[in-house]
Amino acid sequence: MGDTTAPSSTSVPAIELPSEAFDAVLDELATRDPDEPLRFEGVTVEAEASDDDVATTYRLDPAGKEPQTGLSEAALHEALDARASAVTDWYAFEHVVGEFGPRRAFLRWIEDADGETVASRYAALAEGITRAWGELRITATVTDRGARRYDVRHVDDAGTPVEDLDRYDDPLEARELVTTDAAGRYRPLKTAPTLRDGWAFTDLGPKAVYETVETIYPATVPNWHREREGDLDVSHWRETMARQSGIYGVVKTWDRGEGYEHVNWVAEACCADSQCLKRREWEYDEETDLDVDGGDGVFPCREPCSLVVSAARKWTRLESEQPRSYTFDLTPSEKEQLEAIVDAVADGRAAEIREADVKDGANRLRARFLRAKRFDDDGTLCGVATDPDDAE
Amino acid sequence: MQSLVIVAHGSHLNPDSSAPTYAHADTIRAAGAFDEVRTGFWKEEPHFREVLRTVEGDDVYVVPLFVSEGYFTEQVIPRELRLDDWDVAEWDSDGLSADQATLVAEDIEREVHYCGPVGTHEAMTDVIVRRAESVTGDPDVGDGVGLAVVGHGTERNENSAKAVEYHADRIRDRDRFDEVRALYMDEDPEVDDLPDFFESEDVVLVPLFIADGYHTQEDIPEDVGLCDDYTEGYDVPTVVDDTRVWYAGAVGTEPLMADVVLERAADAGADLGGALEDVRQTTRVATGD
Repeated sequence: MGDTTAPSSTSVPAIELPSEAFDAVLDELATRDPDEPLRFEGVTVEAEASDDDVATTYRLDPAGKEPQTGLSEAALHEALDARASAVTDWYAFEHVVGEFGPRRAFLRWIEDADGETVASRYAALAEGITRAWGELRITATVTDRGARRYDVRHVDDAGTPVEDLDRYDDPLEARELVTTDAAGRYRPLKTAPTLRDGWAFTDLGPKAVYETVETIYPATVPNWHREREGDLDVSHWRETMARQSGIYGVVKTWDRGEGYEHVNWVAEACCADSQCLKRREWEYDEETDLDVDGGDGVFPCREPCSLVVSAARKWTRLESEQPRSYTFDLTPSEKEQLEAIVDAVADGRAAEIREADVKDGANRLRARFLRAKRFDDDGTLCGVATDPDDAE
Repeated sequence: MQSLVIVAHGSHLNPDSSAPTYAHADTIRAAGAFDEVRTGFWKEEPHFREVLRTVEGDDVYVVPLFVSEGYFTEQVIPRELRLDDWDVAEWDSDGLSADQATLVAEDIEREVHYCGPVGTHEAMTDVIVRRAESVTGDPDVGDGVGLAVVGHGTERNENSAKAVEYHADRIRDRDRFDEVRALYMDEDPEVDDLPDFFESEDVVLVPLFIADGYHTQEDIPEDVGLCDDYTEGYDVPTVVDDTRVWYAGAVGTEPLMADVVLERAADAGADLGGALEDVRQTTRVATGD
């Protein structure tokens, strides 16, 4: 995890116990058996047995101290207000975040709620805890009533004043941000590292921050959650291709039992961190790992995606061709220029090469010169026919 | 907790493909009948394979935003959603009558109600008519006007033609339009010869497609002769061989489609409260002249 600020030891902010949190405590105690105390960090509370004519009293049991018994509702409020951090922390996760596993795990992970104490988390939240998720920078803070608030923006906008960013508050508005890249091109893969910057979701609640992340990087949190729970359902290349049907049914014929080098090439082409921020967990099959690194992404990739399957369909056809020997006459610089052009296109760099940078072999003027010199009127390299039977 | 999952094709190349899915999901969210509304795609994310794990609810309705029963609704979606023991016989359909099947989705180990596609629901007939109203700007369109409902045809999928005929027949039975014809892209009667099939001077052409894309934006306009080259665009209406053609584009972009999604879920047992009426009201605004 690159961009993470660990909870620090700065001072714990003053928290006021909000009435909705206290009411939730009373409701919870009313539904529990007396021998099932409600646990907050450092203290447990339970309702004492009472008959219907007498107001309920409460027992408060601070860890390592004498229990307090016979507390009235007002006295309980006073005692819990003194421990408002612990109570609001319980309220935030039990009542605001809710049970849904991926959301709960993600929001607890953001503030390391399963590792750090309430005091150190609240101190860190007062300063702002920042986590990276793909190209997102998520900052969590806490209000003086113990509520979590979140800010989501592009990692590249970390230092940009929020006034200089386009502000959003509805998670679904993120759909327009993810549809095209900075150049206005459609993004067919939401986890491609081409998320445009210049925007911020501010002052989001826990459910809204989860939905914002779900909109920008769909299903990444549920998959990450399953992986943490040890039950990520990885579907390897072989089984994924075997499942395909219709126009994609042909892809299973690409595996010819002669090794998996072709899948290495697919993974290198499509799944490198420069192309997709998911960490590839699928391999050739259960027993055979690919030789290519899966990447460093925080969220996993559990099977070849639809883009990979579509590309594999094309490659299945192209790779059914047999190599042929061609003879071209090129200068050494021209050979290197062709290599430079392939590199520039493969790295998405072609459009960045400066107009007059004729030192770069992939420069447009250099490419046009090569075409003028080496292509014939049919666009054929050095006049060498692709199919020898077509040669005049 | 009641959840709706709309599943659609999507595209690697064209952002317009998923746009209607998102629009209808938003309309349904605003109507408030579901605690959550999720969308999943074959070509976009979340993929069919992973959409159910984004769902929180325990009462889950899956509605395919597809025009007909066939390869996607019968094979691809059930397989990719991992619906245990799916068999197309669950729908007991004649190609038009799929309603719903309740099956455990292995991915989430919960039951889901897998509904028939929107395109074959009887409410879709109203959407085609509404589309004709939208494109002509006339809420009473019909008198003196012909209506062509256009689909792929059987080369792609036998049931595709069935759905087109089904709705054309239902609209014809209402005696609202002077003439109603079912036309196809790749079989007779072909949409290329549109003016030959109508006596009316004005013909509204409604493609039974979910989203605008290659077929509705390039193929049909060129085949009908609205333009020589789709990149040049065309007017609505455009006169072709003395017939004034009002080309509506994909019916699936009509806001009233949200109503059909809801009808599918309601047929499968979803409790919608007043959402159906809400959606019919809110989408009506879009036809204002």
